[in-house]
Amino acid sequence: MPWIPRGLRNGVVTTRYPKRFDVEAGAVHTAVSVVARGPDERTHDAQRACPTGAITIDAQRVALDRGRCILCGRCTRLDPATFRDELNPEVAVVRRSHLVVPMTDETDDELDRLQGELHRRVRALRRSVFIRHVDAGSDGSDEWEVAALTNPIYDIQRLGLYFTASPKHADLLLVTGAGSAGMLGPLRHTLSVMPRPLVVVAAGVDAISGGVVGESYATRGGVLDVVPADVVVPGAPPSPFSLLHGILLGVGVLGNARSASTIAHAGARP
Amino acid sequence: MTWNPLSETQSVEAFADAVAAHVERGSRFAGLFGVAEGAGTRLIAVLARQGGLDIEETVVRAGVDHYRSLVSRVPAAQWYEREIRDLFDLASTRHVREPLVFPFAHDATRPRPGSGGDPAFVEPDLTPLRSYVRGEGVFTIPYGPVRSGVFESVEYIVETSGEDIHHLRARFFYKHRGIESRFEGQEVHDGVLLAERFEGVATVAHAIAYCSAIEAIAGVDVPTRANLVRVVHAELERIANHLESTSRHCEAAGQAVAVARMTLHKELVQRLRARLCGSRFSRGVVVPGGVSSPSTFDVAATRTHLDALEHAIRDDIELLMATPSFLDRLRGTGVLEATVAHARGALGPVGRGSGEIEDVRSSRPYGAYGRLDRPWAAPRSRGDALARQLVRDDEIASSFRLIVQALDLLNGMSDSEGREWRVAVDVANGRSFGWAEAPQGEVLYMIEIREGRLARVKVRSASFHNLALLPLAFPNDILTDFAFIEASFGLSIAGAAG
Repeated sequence: MPWIPRGLRNGVVTTRYPKRFDVEAGAVHTAVSVVARGPDERTHDAQRACPTGAITIDAQRVALDRGRCILCGRCTRLDPATFRDELNPEVAVVRRSHLVVPMTDETDDELDRLQGELHRRVRALRRSVFIRHVDAGSDGSDEWEVAALTNPIYDIQRLGLYFTASPKHADLLLVTGAGSAGMLGPLRHTLSVMPRPLVVVAAGVDAISGGVVGESYATRGGVLDVVPADVVVPGAPPSPFSLLHGILLGVGVLGNARSASTIAHAGARP
Repeated sequence: MTWNPLSETQSVEAFADAVAAHVERGSRFAGLFGVAEGAGTRLIAVLARQGGLDIEETVVRAGVDHYRSLVSRVPAAQWYEREIRDLFDLASTRHVREPLVFPFAHDATRPRPGSGGDPAFVEPDLTPLRSYVRGEGVFTIPYGPVRSGVFESVEYIVETSGEDIHHLRARFFYKHRGIESRFEGQEVHDGVLLAERFEGVATVAHAIAYCSAIEAIAGVDVPTRANLVRVVHAELERIANHLESTSRHCEAAGQAVAVARMTLHKELVQRLRARLCGSRFSRGVVVPGGVSSPSTFDVAATRTHLDALEHAIRDDIELLMATPSFLDRLRGTGVLEATVAHARGALGPVGRGSGEIEDVRSSRPYGAYGRLDRPWAAPRSRGDALARQLVRDDEIASSFRLIVQALDLLNGMSDSEGREWRVAVDVANGRSFGWAEAPQGEVLYMIEIREGRLARVKVRSASFHNLALLPLAFPNDILTDFAFIEASFGLSIAGAAG
């Protein structure tokens, strides 16, 4: 009995996202953005300091691969004029190559086409989506962020999203982890028994490229050559808001970061 | 604390006796590590006593394929011997055939950490397991590795005759990532990034242990300001982990409102961490020589935030600890006997729930802990899930006090005490140990630097050491107790698997 008033104590704490922006999203660094300007000595320092080789400087054009970026913060400290901490959580995209920022206009068109295809394929799923999560060799933090989606703040059931134990009931496969050798078999097996249509979301830089672990005798350097990812979510680990955006992008409820900029920088730290 | 790697090397024959002698004198066996040395293997045993570590070492020459086992006199050594067998293809005289860390095929090239090699990708050799228990009606249930819910991948092999659990094995090699080999050849400033991701939910503790070892080799003192910032992040990490364990207890007991409350509090702790440094796991804060940037956070605002959080958490935990339907499920569940916990050197809240009192924040204080109040948890010895919950309740309160103390000290620091937050670390060759009390228990790093680069990094997480004890905590328990026992151990599979 005493728990009933306790459950009411703080009123509604649930975020209004994705309908409204949420200022609380703005404290987490979700990715690194690149300001289009010519590289200088500091940019080269930042490139040398990048532990995963995510920064490329090619003919005066600086690019950063968010699929490799582990958010260590070295580049934003060494060259803050070029590299900025991104606070917008909507960083998921539908193709691995689109994680290289800044994106060009051509890739924007490509993005719309790919999203259109995905949305047509998953139209039937929108109202009730069952998610099967598989940890394929994470560091453990990704699971905290995925599990957080069911806490009262994110409460994804309100959006018709549910976690399920059985892959046979699932519409969406959410994969985390760097692709450890032992998990590749179970991951393939899970994928093979899931019904179609199916959405695959690879969440976190570990799942995309292996992150700082990369390739080892026991790690594949990501899961993208094992599962056909429809959506990739950068972040190390991706925050719950980023995960939610990735899932909603995958099931056709939301567009990409460019078109759905409802949250953009609204929660920037003072 | 640095050692010359060639000092006090025992003969292989005398090694087991020397290690056992320490344990008989009351030291706690903290680990047995292998380092490739040419084609041979150096074995290093670490023994913890009040105030310091003792080291015994020996070299098993190339061509010798076994060494005398420690297990009969030091039972905690078993998993370490199995790990060395998997990674070095070097067996003890009491070897267990079943792989532990990774199931290499018989003829596969082993990584041999410390060899500087970069072994190619290997497929696991998944030969079926034998069962331990035979008898009418006994059968085996494999739970995992893909589990029912959002959990880390691990397989529990439960041998049961229906309700009673006769035998339990935890197979975590599914998540083995070979991180110790990945450290090799890296610069010390890059190694901390791997350390942070060895056990992602204990990022700060691993980073502190890693950096302490590096700082000991380089002989530098970390600025006070940096040590205090480290305490703030480490204790927030502890609170988040203990709330995670508590919420999983509530979930297993079907306390829906309590689950919502505990996960809400945990989320607010993670958000506070993000507000302090941009990362919900305090990544990138701890670096060799100090912290990565001056603490820009507003100490007064953080304190206000913290007070509200502490009040809310304390209130809910008080109610939880007065909820009979919750307590009944924890009381007497998953008893780890004090004698077993002592013999096996149980770490962290698991040990402290079974009569062990060691907490390396006070037994071997590091960083700023020497100048703060001692971390406190009332001694418990019943060894059940309730005892572990009570230890965590106390530790949450104690962590809040430590953070407030650290913030007050940060606030009161005058400019004469220096605004310095980081000192340069000039890398010297050598070997040293670093440690920290993670939420799961003591994390131990052994680091060897040769030619300015990491030559061997051995990580001993509390999750690895304590996971070996999980099967011993099922004396009278049934299948429905499983969730409580797993939650009350509060371990990270990534941290155990490496």
